[in-house]
Amino acid sequence: MSQKTLAGKTVEVTDEGYLQDHNQWNEDIAKALAEEEGIELGEDHFKILHYLREKYEEGANLTIRKVGKSGFTDIKGFYKLFPGGPLKKASKIAGIPKPTSCV
Amino acid sequence: MKKIVILGAGTGGTIMANKLRKVLSRSEWDITVVDKDKTHYYQPGFLFIPFGIYNRNDVIKPKSDFLPPGVNVLYTGIDRIEPNDQQVLLEGGQVLPYDFLVVATGTNINPDETPGLKDQLWHKEIFDFYTVDGAVALREFFRDWEGGRLVVNIAELPFKCPVAPLEFSFLADAYFSELGIRDKVDISFVTPLPGAFTKPKASQMLGELLEEKNIRVIPDFYLESVDNEKKVIRSYDEQEVPFDVLTIVPVNTGDPMVERSGMGDDLNFIPTDKYTLQSKHHENIFVLGDASDIPTSKAGSVVHFASEVVYENLVSAIENRPLKAQFDGHSNCYIETGHGKGSIIDFNYDTEPLPGTFPLPGVGPFGLLQNTKMNHYGKVLFRWIYWHILLKGKEMPIESQMTMAGKKS
Ligand SMILES: Cc1cc2nc3c(=O)[nH]c(=O)nc-3n(C[C@H](O)[C@H](O)[C@H](O)COP(=O)(O)OP(=O)(O)OC[C@H]3O[C@@H](n4cnc5c(N)ncnc54)[C@H](O)[C@@H]3O)c2cc1C
Repeated sequence: MSQKTLAGKTVEVTDEGYLQDHNQWNEDIAKALAEEEGIELGEDHFKILHYLREKYEEGANLTIRKVGKSGFTDIKGFYKLFPGGPLKKASKIAGIPKPTSCV
Repeated sequence: MKKIVILGAGTGGTIMANKLRKVLSRSEWDITVVDKDKTHYYQPGFLFIPFGIYNRNDVIKPKSDFLPPGVNVLYTGIDRIEPNDQQVLLEGGQVLPYDFLVVATGTNINPDETPGLKDQLWHKEIFDFYTVDGAVALREFFRDWEGGRLVVNIAELPFKCPVAPLEFSFLADAYFSELGIRDKVDISFVTPLPGAFTKPKASQMLGELLEEKNIRVIPDFYLESVDNEKKVIRSYDEQEVPFDVLTIVPVNTGDPMVERSGMGDDLNFIPTDKYTLQSKHHENIFVLGDASDIPTSKAGSVVHFASEVVYENLVSAIENRPLKAQFDGHSNCYIETGHGKGSIIDFNYDTEPLPGTFPLPGVGPFGLLQNTKMNHYGKVLFRWIYWHILLKGKEMPIESQMTMAGKKS
């Protein structure tokens, strides 16, 4: 765990750079986190980030499939918006913990 | 007369029927079990069928051999649960009211979720080994296959028995080596996970074994579709992996009955309290086994450990006492690694698989996260234990709560 300054605010992050407390998040922090991933956030990104935060707060198990059924994007679109590992990247930028795939 | 209904007489339903009938008075409690199938399948045995180690008859027995006397058994499809009216509708119209319900309807493969999967090559050059029919069809194919690209793919998480596709790859390596054509068979393990497995220590150990056996791992591959013409699998980010034969674990979902009941999540698993195993939405419903959404493996060993908790909490609920038993997510998997060897992993919600000995600290006989002959015998013995001890709900020589004794962290 360490501290980090994002968009002028000091936040606690995990070793992998996920926010320790999702309440420390705001849209500017999201932009700063996205920049580190090489992503420039637009309106479509923010819809998904807010959706993920909402579902996380409800305690839901987040999966790529679930985002694909969210109505904000389909799975292909999700990959286009957050290339590479969409759920991991989007979770990080949304300020919520790293998704755990349970097997 | 009060009523308990158990939906599904697979691993979990059968164990519960046996445990409950033993303690609940027959004059007070009526127990009914419903399943559409008269045959009990020993699913862990499916893995061995493609390699000619087991055949169909080795993995099936009549369900009635394992259900206790004094339980009503109905061999009918379940249409839906009406939780607000405390009743179950069966196919054909029969209505079963209940005071308490145990849902143990498991999970199944759902190849229709992936475009192109259940197309012209299905069970010809594309196989699952999660059904007897798929495993037997693959056996026939392997009999006179002369080699080429064998792709093992996992379509979606979670899926039942998370080590099974790894074991399948190890057994394929051993099988083609013994046939003397291993140099003609190119094996790839294509997974949506970032590595061989999720938990770090086990992922590393299993990843090394795959490398040693010359099995290529293609991680972070999330399957979108199967192209039957080009014979490739395609991911959402447009990677393609070509195959001559594809063995796949298709998307796993809960039974459609759960969806008809309006009780499932997006994969039809039932939201369940991971400690008490009670349905999150209905107090008098408990969910046992693969049908639930609890974050641990979907495996027979988990069902067995969880059945202790469901049993205790159901008895408490009947007596109007608080639900005290808490499930820890305990999972214990034998991993067949080929050439008469095996490994074993033991973990729960909080502790990842660690090296050590099991079940006796320092003694074993099984080596955790190690590749030994003794572990392989454990897997072989498991079939006997499954039929004769586990299903009957008898005591096993393993605690249902995971223990740290014998583990090295
Ligand atoms: C290839 C393979 C290898 C495996 N290897 C292992 C292993 O090595 N170790 C291990 O611990 N586990 C292993 N497993 C997993 C294990 O078999 C399952 O996790 C376990 O059987 C689940 O038990 P359950 O009671 O939840 O469901 P099941 O045993 O699947 O039972 C569900 C029952 O519900 C019935 N049902 C469902 N819907 C309806 C309906 N609508 N109407 C009527 N009846 C219905 C079904 O007919 C079935 O009998 C393996 C599984 C597979 C496929």
